[in-house]
Amino acid sequence: MQKIEKKKASPMEVMKKILGRQIFIPIAALLLLVLFNLIVDPSFFAVVMKTNSAGNPVLTGNLITILDNGSELAILAIGMTLVTAAAGGQDISVGAGIAISGSVMLRVLCGTNPKPEAIQAPIIVAFLVGCLAAMLCGAFNGALVAYFKIQPMVATLILYTAGRSIAAWVNHNQLPIVPPGSFSYFGGVIPGIPIPTPFFIAIGCMILIALVLKFTTLGLYTQSVGINESSSRLNGLNPILIKFLAFVILGICVAVAGLIKVSRFSTINYSVIAKDIEMDAILAVALGGNALSGGKFNIAASILGAYVIQFLTTTLYKFNVRSDALPAYKAVVVIVLVVASAPRVREYLNGLKKKMIQNPSRKEVG
Amino acid sequence: MKKRVLAVLMAATMLLGLTACGGDGSTPAGGDVQGADGGSSSGTIKVGIINNDPNESGYRTANDKDLQAMFTAENGYDATFAYGKTNDEQINAAQQMIQDGVDYLLLSAADVSGWDTVLQDANNQGIKVILYDRTIDADPSLYVASIVSDMAKEGETAANWLKDQGLSEYNIIHIQGQMGSAAQVGRSGALLDMAAAEGWNVLVSQTADWNAEKAQQIVQSQIDAGKSFNVIYAENDDMAKGAVAALDANGITHGVNGDVIIMGFDTNKWALEELKAGNWNYDGQCNPLQASYLNDVIQKLEKGETITEKTIVMDEKGFDAKTITDDDVNTYGI
Amino acid sequence: MKENIVLEMKNIHKGFPGVKALQGVEFTLREGEIHALMGENGAGKSTLIKVLTGVYEKDEGDIFLKGYDKAVSIRSPQDAQRVGISTVYQEITLCPNLSVAENMYIGRTAGMGQNWKKINADADKLLRSLDIPASATQQLASCSIAVQQMVAIARAVDMDCKVLILDEPTSSLDEQEVEKLFGLMRNLKEKGVGIIFVTHFLDQVYEVCDRITVLRDGKLVGAYDIKDLPRVQLVAKMLGKELDDMSDIKSEGAVYSGEDAGTAVLEAEGLVSDAGIKPFDFYINKGEVNGFTGLLGSGRSECVRAIFGADRVVGGKVKMHGKDVKISKPIQAMKHGIAYLPEDRKLDGIVGDLSVRDNIILALQTLKGFFRPISKAQAYKYADEYIKLLDVKTASADTPIKSLSGGNQQKVILARWLLTHPDYLILDEPTRGIDVGTKVDIQKLVLKLAGEGMSITFISSETDEMLRTCSRLVVMRDRKVVGELSGEQLTQNMIMNTIAGGNRDNAEN
Repeated sequence: MQKIEKKKASPMEVMKKILGRQIFIPIAALLLLVLFNLIVDPSFFAVVMKTNSAGNPVLTGNLITILDNGSELAILAIGMTLVTAAAGGQDISVGAGIAISGSVMLRVLCGTNPKPEAIQAPIIVAFLVGCLAAMLCGAFNGALVAYFKIQPMVATLILYTAGRSIAAWVNHNQLPIVPPGSFSYFGGVIPGIPIPTPFFIAIGCMILIALVLKFTTLGLYTQSVGINESSSRLNGLNPILIKFLAFVILGICVAVAGLIKVSRFSTINYSVIAKDIEMDAILAVALGGNALSGGKFNIAASILGAYVIQFLTTTLYKFNVRSDALPAYKAVVVIVLVVASAPRVREYLNGLKKKMIQNPSRKEVG
Repeated sequence: MKKRVLAVLMAATMLLGLTACGGDGSTPAGGDVQGADGGSSSGTIKVGIINNDPNESGYRTANDKDLQAMFTAENGYDATFAYGKTNDEQINAAQQMIQDGVDYLLLSAADVSGWDTVLQDANNQGIKVILYDRTIDADPSLYVASIVSDMAKEGETAANWLKDQGLSEYNIIHIQGQMGSAAQVGRSGALLDMAAAEGWNVLVSQTADWNAEKAQQIVQSQIDAGKSFNVIYAENDDMAKGAVAALDANGITHGVNGDVIIMGFDTNKWALEELKAGNWNYDGQCNPLQASYLNDVIQKLEKGETITEKTIVMDEKGFDAKTITDDDVNTYGI
Repeated sequence: MKENIVLEMKNIHKGFPGVKALQGVEFTLREGEIHALMGENGAGKSTLIKVLTGVYEKDEGDIFLKGYDKAVSIRSPQDAQRVGISTVYQEITLCPNLSVAENMYIGRTAGMGQNWKKINADADKLLRSLDIPASATQQLASCSIAVQQMVAIARAVDMDCKVLILDEPTSSLDEQEVEKLFGLMRNLKEKGVGIIFVTHFLDQVYEVCDRITVLRDGKLVGAYDIKDLPRVQLVAKMLGKELDDMSDIKSEGAVYSGEDAGTAVLEAEGLVSDAGIKPFDFYINKGEVNGFTGLLGSGRSECVRAIFGADRVVGGKVKMHGKDVKISKPIQAMKHGIAYLPEDRKLDGIVGDLSVRDNIILALQTLKGFFRPISKAQAYKYADEYIKLLDVKTASADTPIKSLSGGNQQKVILARWLLTHPDYLILDEPTRGIDVGTKVDIQKLVLKLAGEGMSITFISSETDEMLRTCSRLVVMRDRKVVGELSGEQLTQNMIMNTIAGGNRDNAEN
């Protein structure tokens, strides 16, 4: 999101700059995964043009899978980063939020009949109503956190626990199936375009948030509130409103992710849909090198973190890691990545970096 | 401080509200029966039914509906329903029911262990315990009967069906449910035993945690790796659907007359419709309709008969795309 | 090592990337002396203290301690404690929810077994011997800040320390409390403890210290007996130049002489907030510098916070330029051209992790609004302009503000408010905890701005600063305005008398 300043710099400074940048962590993680796959099996990166059952051209390959399936997480990472920055905590109800907004969308699309012949309302209406539902959930969480000053994890625990039941209640426990048609494009492909739509939606969200950050002061306000609430207030900010806003923006992200999720199979499974996605979204924020205690943030790094997580998942599938060992592998990788981005380790690395940079300059003097 | 108290109150109210909503939506019968509680006559049988969260899956929803329909005042029951996602919640509910002095305690436990004490209490009070749907690790003397689906048998039925297809070679993608669950253990075991005995080639056994999307990714990853396969054995319908989505995306045919045989479980109605349309080949039943079995047991006990078989295995079918009828879809689809 | 020397640091070098923080510094501390370590911010005081207490490792040099034949090696605060060097910091690092005795002995008892009876008895004995007005079983939080500070010292003393370092211990204490602390320091001195006293208050140095070591730019300027070094010379040595006579700065700034001079910019009537002050009346004229004075806790800050809407205003009327206005939130005050530099820089002023640039533009940005962000280029322009104007010492505009020294942080906050071009600027303790040079800079700036027509309220704990800058003083006692002084009345004595009022005893609380 940040522009790189146009300044002439020596290679050493460039090196220092890259190492010092927050986004270095997810990039390093990504490079590591790429390198591993290159060494073990370069065919991992093959992308092939195929024709799907509907007769449309599609690109397939692991890279496409990553871009496709990482989209929801990337979109959530945007909102989660803002919430983390402003409130200094995380929203653990995003999975439940996806279930609710997805369920609401299906309810609008299908009406009372779980298997209608044709959709009962335009998709945009369904999306907007679903969006409203997700924003309401965000507003509920936001009010608890910003106004009542409840720890974000605790506040969002309420919807985390109750959300999926609410989602099921919206459709009276039935599983609506949207009739075939353009609704499936959002989680699949648009005929004639060989790249999965979720990727475009994610790109759209990224552009949108980049524009918002450029043309509003959201970034400065969020960080300021996250770092020093009292000081922000004395500078004319309204910390309550800003935290609240962050949760509502996350609500929008949840709705977009929900749209993709329910579109993928044109239906919903209340207990399974977007299960544990909150943990991955938080992990994406952490992988992006953002402090989970709030303050300064880098959304680009979080988004990259999201794709790193999907890259890891796809790599594990690709290598047929045994089912019962899968969580263990993932845990090990996560531990390595998180420890690598921990303050202590970063301090140590910074120390190394300084030494690296100091030594040549000493030589120059000598 | 004030704010905090207020917030907690608000949260509590919200939760209560939700529970109330849930109650309204899903347990109308429970409410009715509780209303009639005060004037219960000696003719009604008082049962406490402990189940898992009805939103957990379509299977559970069907299961709950079936129970709600059976244990009504018209059928001579005074039923209290309780739902719990965890053992703790369920045990609390059980203790409450024991105090209320129910005649029968019907239990589908969230977790297999930790039930000894509370069941012992029930027995001491002369309450008869009947397990349904899920078994527990406890002394069999603590309950009078256990009505179960035999997941291994479901798996065997499916594996035998697959064997009967007489393919020249078997290259199987095996998509597992949540590791360690009874359904996964039973269904995986049967397939892998058969594969070993028959020399089938299982390309991959991978868990998708009952999740369609993960199943899609697993199959996609096999396609991207250039593996050729002709059978997908998915341990539930959702995952079979995910697998099919991956095949569709890659233009691979499936189902009757297709290149890949699709097998699923749980007989969701939509899954049976896929079967009927020839998109899938096989779907194994996991019968959620246990209420009639429970009723039988209770009626027998009421008449003073003894239950000879402690473990009652329900009839469960396997459906073939070539032979399934509309009638089957409507009868067995959940 | 001479007999009565307890600590000797020789040829200490310490470098950070790009900075040589200490270059060959020598420091000697005798038994039973109070030794002031003086220097501007960035002179190397903190670095020297941190080397001595093992927070930093020195690059070169030796530390000798009485009772050790060879140079001692101090690699961690634990090492320092073991050899008898204890530190009490500006911010109290005790646990307020534990009892006094628990605080004194926490982490020091071996094993799990605790004889609380004995510990409490020991603690009481020690507190009594040091004349500290606290009891062992009292909860620490119920003691005043000064007593908490003393408990921290008692804890340090009890750890059998030979060298006690007091790092800015007085900055949050009022005069009576400072006196009590000095009493304790003298008491310890009698017992033979060597005390290193770091402070910005010159008065205090001359009141309590025996010797002074002055550092400048990481180098030793010299060590002097207090009687050999008059104030003016001390300041000159710290700054490295002869100081222009501070009392003269008032005459430097031209008094504002626009035609609207003397018209009220802000008038408040019966203003009262929920922070526990009595309703007060207040006004300030165009181009005027006035001040609130009174003891710490007398309600000075609460008054200006009420004017700015920082606390919840519960009553009173406010007029700006003769028109009625409603100010209940900081943003409203800002829109009316009021700026407020808060008392607690760390808590209410800086946004630590943000860059100097973002900190400078923050207030202007909130005034402009959510949908009109200041472009990056413009922000750099503003930042560079004010960094130059106020002579902020920072590596770049992108440096996080928290890595700047206190004085430079304060300048950044000042820049933030100057950038909004306020009509009325409130400065609450702008000179606290910053070096002499910057203090003078800020005072000069205040008078210059006033000369250009800005109205300024200036609050300081140091009365002489107020006398140098303000033309009118509002005097407060016990959260109430008790008087107003101007013109001939503006003398130390008069202020003291007004603060003390009729009943001096009351002022102690």
